[in-house]
Amino acid sequence: MIPAKFDYKPAQSKEEALSLLAEYGDEAKLLAGGHSLLPLMKLRLATPEVLIDIGAIEDLSYIQDKGDVIAIGALTKHRKVEQSDILKEHIPLLAHTASHVGDPQVRNRGTIGGSLCHGDPASDLPAAILATRATLVISGPSGERKVESDDFFTDFWETEVKEDELLTEILVPKYTGESWAYQKFNRRSQDWAIVGCALQAGDNPGIGMVNMGSTPVRSADAENALKSGGSPKEVGELADSGLTPPTDIHGNESYRRDLAKVLLQRALEN
Amino acid sequence: MSYPTSININGNRYDKSIDPRTLLVHFIREECGLTGTHIGCDTSNCGACTVLLDGNAVKSCTVLAVQANNHEITTVEGLANDDGSFTPVQEGFRQEHGLQCGYCTPGMLMAATALLDEIPNPSEQEIRENLEGNLCRCTGYEMIVRSVQWAAQNPDGIPVQIGESS
Repeated sequence: MIPAKFDYKPAQSKEEALSLLAEYGDEAKLLAGGHSLLPLMKLRLATPEVLIDIGAIEDLSYIQDKGDVIAIGALTKHRKVEQSDILKEHIPLLAHTASHVGDPQVRNRGTIGGSLCHGDPASDLPAAILATRATLVISGPSGERKVESDDFFTDFWETEVKEDELLTEILVPKYTGESWAYQKFNRRSQDWAIVGCALQAGDNPGIGMVNMGSTPVRSADAENALKSGGSPKEVGELADSGLTPPTDIHGNESYRRDLAKVLLQRALEN
Repeated sequence: MSYPTSININGNRYDKSIDPRTLLVHFIREECGLTGTHIGCDTSNCGACTVLLDGNAVKSCTVLAVQANNHEITTVEGLANDDGSFTPVQEGFRQEHGLQCGYCTPGMLMAATALLDEIPNPSEQEIRENLEGNLCRCTGYEMIVRSVQWAAQNPDGIPVQIGESS
């Protein structure tokens, strides 16, 4: 399987990437690690005319302690997120969730920004980004803007990042010493989650759900129940409240609802 | 459109002008004639096409050759020592019969090599987790895990020449 023809434009800097985006607009797609985009291009589900390769922009790959938050460059590979001592100490949920993306080869190529911008409700990292209430920094022709994770995922495979913009940084609040859990249910270790659940405890607990809607979503009712001291069973029962999970060959809607309740309860009990 | 691409594979530089949609695995096999790297599923599931890109295991069916421009690749042909002797991982697969049909073996060898570079003495669990991106359709996983364990326990390998009977 070979992708359809495209023009290849490597960018060496954020500025060069933005100027290429301004030039080619919606004909172009950004290529980071390529582990969401290239499979789609090989299946000809995506046929961009221009591919802007941002994979070599090294100054967008970093994990830095900024006091209250950890700043993560959008081109940081999953493997780096998984192995980061800073993240293991302050946001272990994120490091742990990254270790459940695909398999080691995938994690050596895929980037956190690429995964978030793909906006797939079945991906692991968006749930952790929602649970930790991260902020996303988007660069465009008129400078930078910040978007809360709650507002970032707009529709199936759609995000707030416009066609002339680029996600550059993810700012995640520290949760040093707080409890957390990531529950992923799948049939083979490298598969997508049939349902997943990212739990971040804290003053304002966050519960991000995988594959429980057309976008990555938070389970707000369960969060409220947790905040007011509900038991794991009581909170777990609300995991699917207000959500509309899909039906596919891996499971139908009611199966996903049951699974979400079980996984959230397990997350709370661990 | 053709794009000038220079990739160092197993210490040799290959300069080619290629269509940018050329996958790295096709560059390795068809442009460079190194057919030790296999194409299994072509959908980044099976890991038969695993090579090392700057020392990290990647699936070469899901990397464009142009993305490896000016980078270093190691394929299964690049593992054996200059005198033809095997690396510990290769010798481990030989000693512990870590293959049946052999189709997944190049990918298994590369993933196992990357694993032992990072974790020289992995637990069985770590071996299994780090090889989760490589599928063996003969389901010979027990022997494959034992082969990697052999390599970890024998970091100097046993110098058996290729072609020598033992």
